[in-house]
Amino acid sequence: MTHTDGSPGAITRRQMLRRIGLTALVAGPGAGLLNACATSGGGSAAPAASGSAAATSAANPLGVNPASPLEVVIFKGGLGDAYATDVHEPMYKKMYPQAEIKHVATQQIAQTLQPRFASGDVPDMISNAGADLMDEGALQAEGQLLDLTPLFDAPSIDDPSKKVRDTLLPGTVEAGYIAGKPYVLKYVTSTYGLWYDANLFKEKGWTPPKTFDEFKTFCETAKSAGIVPYAYAGKNASYYQYWMILISAAKIGGNEVLINIDNLADGAWTAEPVRQAAAAWAEIGPYMGKSFEGLIHTEVQTRQNQGKIAFYPSGSWLENEQKSNTPDTFAYAVAPTPSVTGTDKMPYEAIRVAPGENYIVPAQAKNPQGGLEYLRIMLSKEGAKGFTEKSGSFTVVVGATEGLTLSPGNQSVADAQKAAGQNIVTLSLFETWYKELETELRKQTNALMFGRIGADEFVEKMQAAADKTKNDSSITKQQRSA
Amino acid sequence: MRHGRYPFIIGFLAAPLILYVVFVISPYFQAFYIALTDWRGITATPEYTGFDNFARLFDDEVFWHAVRHHIVLLVAMPLLTIAIALFFSFLLNLGGGSKGGRMTGVTGSTFYRVVFFFPQVLAVAIVGVLFQAIYRPDESGVINGLLGKIGVQPIGWLTNPDLALWSIIAVMVWQAVGFYVVLFSAGMSAIPKDVFEAAALDGAGRFRMFFSITLPLLWDTLQVGWVYLGIAAFDGFALVQVLSVDRGGPDNATTVLPLEIWRNAFNFSKYGYASAMGVALFFMTITFAVLTLRVTRRERIEL
Repeated sequence: MTHTDGSPGAITRRQMLRRIGLTALVAGPGAGLLNACATSGGGSAAPAASGSAAATSAANPLGVNPASPLEVVIFKGGLGDAYATDVHEPMYKKMYPQAEIKHVATQQIAQTLQPRFASGDVPDMISNAGADLMDEGALQAEGQLLDLTPLFDAPSIDDPSKKVRDTLLPGTVEAGYIAGKPYVLKYVTSTYGLWYDANLFKEKGWTPPKTFDEFKTFCETAKSAGIVPYAYAGKNASYYQYWMILISAAKIGGNEVLINIDNLADGAWTAEPVRQAAAAWAEIGPYMGKSFEGLIHTEVQTRQNQGKIAFYPSGSWLENEQKSNTPDTFAYAVAPTPSVTGTDKMPYEAIRVAPGENYIVPAQAKNPQGGLEYLRIMLSKEGAKGFTEKSGSFTVVVGATEGLTLSPGNQSVADAQKAAGQNIVTLSLFETWYKELETELRKQTNALMFGRIGADEFVEKMQAAADKTKNDSSITKQQRSA
Repeated sequence: MRHGRYPFIIGFLAAPLILYVVFVISPYFQAFYIALTDWRGITATPEYTGFDNFARLFDDEVFWHAVRHHIVLLVAMPLLTIAIALFFSFLLNLGGGSKGGRMTGVTGSTFYRVVFFFPQVLAVAIVGVLFQAIYRPDESGVINGLLGKIGVQPIGWLTNPDLALWSIIAVMVWQAVGFYVVLFSAGMSAIPKDVFEAAALDGAGRFRMFFSITLPLLWDTLQVGWVYLGIAAFDGFALVQVLSVDRGGPDNATTVLPLEIWRNAFNFSKYGYASAMGVALFFMTITFAVLTLRVTRRERIEL
């Protein structure tokens, strides 16, 4: 854009353009860029990792200065902040009685913290969540985030012979990678699978099918009982369905299948596992009936609560989401997606458990060791159990729900995770990376499931869309290795 | 007095003109400029890419789907709306035949006139939600529930790709008819009574009267209605957004250009490409308006 001074037209245009740009910055994903600008003032200072540190020992592997105060900022949203005030902070206080803990709860993380990042007066641990979260990529690029590797390599509080990273669900550490290093702890998990009413199944004497052959037999049985065997909401939630197709593809060919798709690898969609998964699900589609393409997710979920639908694909938020509609007789339970072939790389029990809800330690914190130690406490079994009790959500800590009284749905998630063990299906990242590809996938998923195209055409159309994204120079490409 | 007049006029015109320039004209020019860039909504300095975005439009399958839908809309929506509106307004104004030397509407026409205008009063969003329930694809939908009572299988009004666009056109027509009934009624009442009386004396029936007198004398009003409806046919965003499967589906069967512009700009952050679509839409609308006014130009009948 050339700058032509004196021409009023050009000036208005420039100003208007800048104004639009600014609005987009404030409103959209660019918020982080604004952070970057605001924080760049104090950004040149080196991480203040010295000063407060103490010598490390077996009891204090991160070298926390017991006397240093700790400031914790918690996003007080759907999870509340009682898990911090009633569980994690008392635990920290118990370990370091001299330390003074300052608790800050906010619903506007960016507004609260942006000026503090700019001035260099940052807290020691932040739950970066909510609609106004800070862009972690931008923070990392400015050198504002602390590398969490020492935390993941530190011994676990429950079993000092194990590193923290080995007590977490597979993929947790990698999920927090920015530029090849773990800067973010993703603490809360969602579990994806086929949801059903355990009481209805008990009453009818049904069990969730373990293979697609069994699934088809089940569909016939349910149909003859006057119940729609399987349904999703085509009108606005076809992505619930493509999750299932992708999970099946990963079970057949391993997580590499999904990683290849994310990396826009050549032939990632036309690969045999994806084709087989699409073909298997396409056979289930006709049992649903055409009408579900025109229904929205709440309509379908309510129909399931009314006992009209057997299986519904979703994540572990479903039970909570449907709370007000669920009759007392309805007990949510989750089943893994059935195996497609006899030679699937992952067993039937494999399930997608995706970590989310981000926690970070600022590099310029006054007590960064304390921040890391606080996260280590969160990742202890006691800390994780307390979190689940207070917030109703699961954490990335393996086996932290033992002995808890859980809702039926959560209990079933715990059982499913236990059965899955290390067989965790990874989350697809292209959904947020490449929105255009994702939109095409929604469209083609409906076409596949409602019988307008076959599996071959499905994978070819998706491959074409992926290639189009790959060849579009205006789209920034991303890569993942795990 | 001469001297005082211009400041007076300018004073009155300035405010609306400035508002118009800032909020209507300048965004147009900006859109033309942004269409030539690869702007993704974040940087302050978009890269100039010439006509790349327009070249891309030619290979964009979804864009051509949308254009085809506008052509269907352009033909079907005004034709249906005007035909129905003409029929109703004829009934309301002249359908009752001649009473005591005056042409009257059918009994209760003042009441009907109000009823016909109701849909026009409803916000598009409400109409959308209303028809979501009416068109719902299983027995819980209004239409399919009624059909079920007489033993007809539920029809996928919005899920059948061959039917979906027509279902949405039907909603547009339903909403527009009321306004055009009122518009045409006003036009008809402007036709001098003695013309009808003379025709009645010569023995013209209602059909003859409609085609030989009402229609020709209403031509100007019809032309305005056609242009309005044609421009409305280039929109359709709100109804498609609310009603269609997966926003514009199934399989692009209902998508329209404003929806694709919205999707490209706010979902894909491709503001440059979205602006190119906007520019294409601008030229289509202009071409339509000019063509309509040219083609329908007729000799004015002096009364």
